[in-house]
Amino acid sequence: MSERFHDICLVVNGEELRERVDARTTLVDFLRETLSLTGSHVGCEHGICGACSVRVDGAVVRGCLMLAVQCDGTRVETIEWIAETDEILDLQRAFIERNALQCGYCTPGMLLSAQELLKKGGVPSRATIRIHLSGNYCRCTGYQAIVDAVEAVARERSGGRASE
Amino acid sequence: MKPAPFAYAKARSLDHAIDLLAQDEARILAGGQSLIATLNMRLSRPALLVDINGLDGLDEISRENGRLKIGALVRHVKAEGSTEIARFAPLIALAMPHIGHPAIRNRGTVGGSIAFADPAAELPACLLALAGEVEIAGPQGRRIVHADHFFKGLFETALAPHDVLASIRVPAATAATRVGFAEFARRLGDYAMVGLAACARVEGDTLADIRLVYFGVGSVAARARNAERSLAGGDVEGAVAALTADLHPSEDLQASAAVKAHLAGVLLRRVAKQLASPRIEGIAP
Repeated sequence: MSERFHDICLVVNGEELRERVDARTTLVDFLRETLSLTGSHVGCEHGICGACSVRVDGAVVRGCLMLAVQCDGTRVETIEWIAETDEILDLQRAFIERNALQCGYCTPGMLLSAQELLKKGGVPSRATIRIHLSGNYCRCTGYQAIVDAVEAVARERSGGRASE
Repeated sequence: MKPAPFAYAKARSLDHAIDLLAQDEARILAGGQSLIATLNMRLSRPALLVDINGLDGLDEISRENGRLKIGALVRHVKAEGSTEIARFAPLIALAMPHIGHPAIRNRGTVGGSIAFADPAAELPACLLALAGEVEIAGPQGRRIVHADHFFKGLFETALAPHDVLASIRVPAATAATRVGFAEFARRLGDYAMVGLAACARVEGDTLADIRLVYFGVGSVAARARNAERSLAGGDVEGAVAALTADLHPSEDLQASAAVKAHLAGVLLRRVAKQLASPRIEGIAP
C-alpha cells in the first residue's frame, strides 16, 4: 500500500502500542509529540548532534533519521525507560559527581551512547571513549568530564581493572 | 525542519520494489541516514518512499569466484565487524571507522552509501580503488556495472530511476594485495575534508596496478593517475608533486582549495607508507 498514513504496532518502553502515523513523522517527533516522551531531544534534525538518540531493537540510532512508520514491529527504548530500569544508575551518578553535564540537553543521548560502549565490557581507553562518543555533541562541558565519568564507570563495572 | 508529506510503502520483494519505483517521484529508502536528513531539510521532496529494509537476501556477505559480494542492505555496523570483509576487503575494513558515527553505522547501509555517491563519502572511493562492480536490479533484469563507469558526477550514478542497487562485488584480497586509507575530517565520522583510498598489487619489490582514489576534492571521487605512475616508480615525492596535475580541489565550507591540495599530499605520503607494508596489523589475513 502506497499511502501517507499507516497503522503501526510496536513496543515502546515495554508497552505494546498501536498508533496511526503520518509517514513523514520521524521517530523522535512521534515519541515526543504523540507519546509525550520528551526525554529524547531534538537538536539538529539531520543526524549530526546525537541529542535524539534512542534504542531500536537494542541498537542506538538517531531518532531524527528514522521514520516512525519504519518502527512497525520493533522494540523502542527511550532514556525514560532505560533510566527507570536502573540499567545506567551508576552512569547517571558518575555524570552528576563529575559535572559531566551542565544544561543537560545532550545528556540522554550521551548516556545511551556511553552505555552502548560500556555494554561491550572491559575498560575502554580514553581515546576509544572519545571515538565512540564522537557522534554526540556537548556544548557545555568540553567533554573531559564526560570521558572521566564513562571511564570511571567502566572501571567500577570491571572491578577496578586498568584501561585497555 | 520537518519533511514535506509523502506516501510510504514497504517493499515485499525486489520485484515489488522495482514495480513501486515506477510511480513518479518515488525514492528508495534503505538506511536513510542521508536521505532522511535531506527530507528533514526539504532538500528532497519525493512523492513516495519505497522502504527496502528487511528484503530477503540483500544483507549477506559472501565469496564467489574470487570476489567478495556485499549485499546492498548490509549495515555499516555489520561490515565493520565482518571477518570476511577484514580478510578479503581490508580496504573497506580500514574505511569503516571513518563512516559516520556509531549510531549512524547502526542504520546506514553499504548499498545506500554507494547509491547516494556523496563526493566526500568513503565507500564510493573504496569501490573505485578496488576496481569493484555494482550489481543492479531493474525492470529489464539484472546487470553489472564496473565502478569506473558507475559514478557519473555529483550525486549521479549509472542507476536509473527504477533501478535498485542489489550488491557490490570487489576482487577478494590475496597475499599480494596492498591497501591504504587515510582522511582528514574535523571530527572523526564527519565527511572528509580530503580523503584517499588506495589499492595495489605487490610484484617483487615494486607496486603494480596502483589505484589512488581521492574523495572530498571534487564533484566525484576520482583517481590520481599521474601520482599513480610516479608511485609505481617508487617516487613518493614525485607522486605528491604530480597531484597538482591530478586534483583541482574547490573551496568548500571546511577548507580552502590550497589547504585541500596541501592535505592531499600529506595523505599520499601516509598512504604510500601503508602500501609499502606487507600487513596492516589486525586487518589482513
